[in-house]
Amino acid sequence: MSKSKSNANSLKPNPKGESSQRLGITKQLWLWQLMLAIITIGIWNWVSKDQQWAFFLGEPAAVFIRIIEWFVPITVEPTEWLSTGIHGTGEIYIHLGVTLLETVLAFVIGTTLGLASGLWLALSPLTSALLDPYIKALNSMPRVILAPIFGLWFGLGIWSKVALAVTLVFFVVFFNVYQGIREVNPVILANAKMLGANSSQLLKTVYLPSATSWVFSSLHSSVGLAFVGAVVGEYLGSAKGVGYLILQAEGTFDVNTVFAGIVVLTVCALLLDAVVGRMERRLMRWQPNTN
Amino acid sequence: MDFALELDRVTCEFASTSGDGSSYTAVKDTTLQVREGEFVSVVGPTGCGKSTLLNVAAGLLTPSKGRVRVFGSPLYGLNTRAGYMFQSEALLPWRTALENVLLGLEYKGVPKLEATTLAMDWLSKVGLIKFANNYVHQLSGGMRKRVALAQTLVMDPDIILMDEPFSALDVQTRQLMENELLDIWSKQKKAVLFITHDLDEAIALSDRVIVLSAGPATHPIGEFDISLGRPRNVAEIRHEADYTRLHAQIWDVLREEVLKGYQQLLNPSQGLKNE
Repeated sequence: MSKSKSNANSLKPNPKGESSQRLGITKQLWLWQLMLAIITIGIWNWVSKDQQWAFFLGEPAAVFIRIIEWFVPITVEPTEWLSTGIHGTGEIYIHLGVTLLETVLAFVIGTTLGLASGLWLALSPLTSALLDPYIKALNSMPRVILAPIFGLWFGLGIWSKVALAVTLVFFVVFFNVYQGIREVNPVILANAKMLGANSSQLLKTVYLPSATSWVFSSLHSSVGLAFVGAVVGEYLGSAKGVGYLILQAEGTFDVNTVFAGIVVLTVCALLLDAVVGRMERRLMRWQPNTN
Repeated sequence: MDFALELDRVTCEFASTSGDGSSYTAVKDTTLQVREGEFVSVVGPTGCGKSTLLNVAAGLLTPSKGRVRVFGSPLYGLNTRAGYMFQSEALLPWRTALENVLLGLEYKGVPKLEATTLAMDWLSKVGLIKFANNYVHQLSGGMRKRVALAQTLVMDPDIILMDEPFSALDVQTRQLMENELLDIWSKQKKAVLFITHDLDEAIALSDRVIVLSAGPATHPIGEFDISLGRPRNVAEIRHEADYTRLHAQIWDVLREEVLKGYQQLLNPSQGLKNE
């Protein structure tokens, strides 16, 4: 999901302005989108009245209650309207915190490594020629399969998840930076050289800022991948995290809790994406606005 | 007498793009001199290797044969006494106009305050003081050229190399920029090597105009002293009798080359049709 979105972003540096403008023109779009959600949940609710269907699909109300129980530690006795009652635990915070910590760590480490290696390889053609087949191999390898190895190396704590997510983030940033540096306008380079730039000044004033803009165009997809890496890592073996909660629920065929976990993760991914968008707009002030 | 810039029998060959090991001679046996404080223009048909000459003069390109001398001493590596204004956009988009102008000073290690003062000074000379904090995308094409001019001149180079700097501008903006360039140049006479395909521009600005032949193997085929008085106004000078006479003289030489260059553009496709 986040991948295709980032591609659109790299083509159009600031799609936000355009889309909000479009929404401003057709205000009813909001209404239609809301209605679509209500209808979908309505159908889901109707289908899940049947016990057998409910076993596989879960029930929207139960999913909602589970989310509330996760977030608010309150207890409501069963009533006529609420046959199960609410047994709030507030347990999500520790798990969500772990997952987000893993995501942020993987994001920061992966982006830094990707930026550094992208710069290095783009600026030394010999090294890049030497490493080319290995980089291609590493990139085509289904990296999720590394999770057991990382579990072995780094244990079941957060670092095995961070490592998995880093391998996902790294390549996105790496390839973007690599490409970006190699496509730095030769006239800009010649100009900087004529103005007297030595190689470290060239790196600081031309290559790095240019690479940064490419990092940003990949940030949306890399933050999404960091999240995916963290959750998948947890799912494959952990004692904490939202992925762990989902795994536990799946073990007891508790579909409602699985869905609740998915909803929480999706909302978090959206929030992370929004944070990145804000950061991007703040740091990339020099880029032309589309509107 | 020493020249500020001297290309001595320069030849530039490039490996052919067809990949059969043959080579393409862009510039052949070209000798060209610019005196101190002299404004020299080089005109020639498009694609004749004018920019190649300028890159050689800047030290960005080492000639296959021949040598370059700067104030009498042979040039190795970049020409540090020259400022180069490129044909296409060369400003850093992530910097403001001011930050772009002080780029070279920053490289040189000039203290921040001093550099800013100098840069602001040049921004006001090119009339952009109000736009100092604008990013490149917030400037018009003409303004960007002014910033590029200030960026080059703030370094106080002894030789100024210009590669069709105003070719992307509309006629009015172009004349304004040309007048401004002449104004700035008349205050601090630097050696200027100005490349253009526009004969009007060449005559209006220069002390001397050199005509190049059509490529490949471009070489100078004519040299004209422009004995028009200074200061000049590029828009008005075009109506003077001397200007018209010079224009006719130079165009006589240039026309054939332009036709040749045009023919070369057309010929390959004709050749294909015939076969």
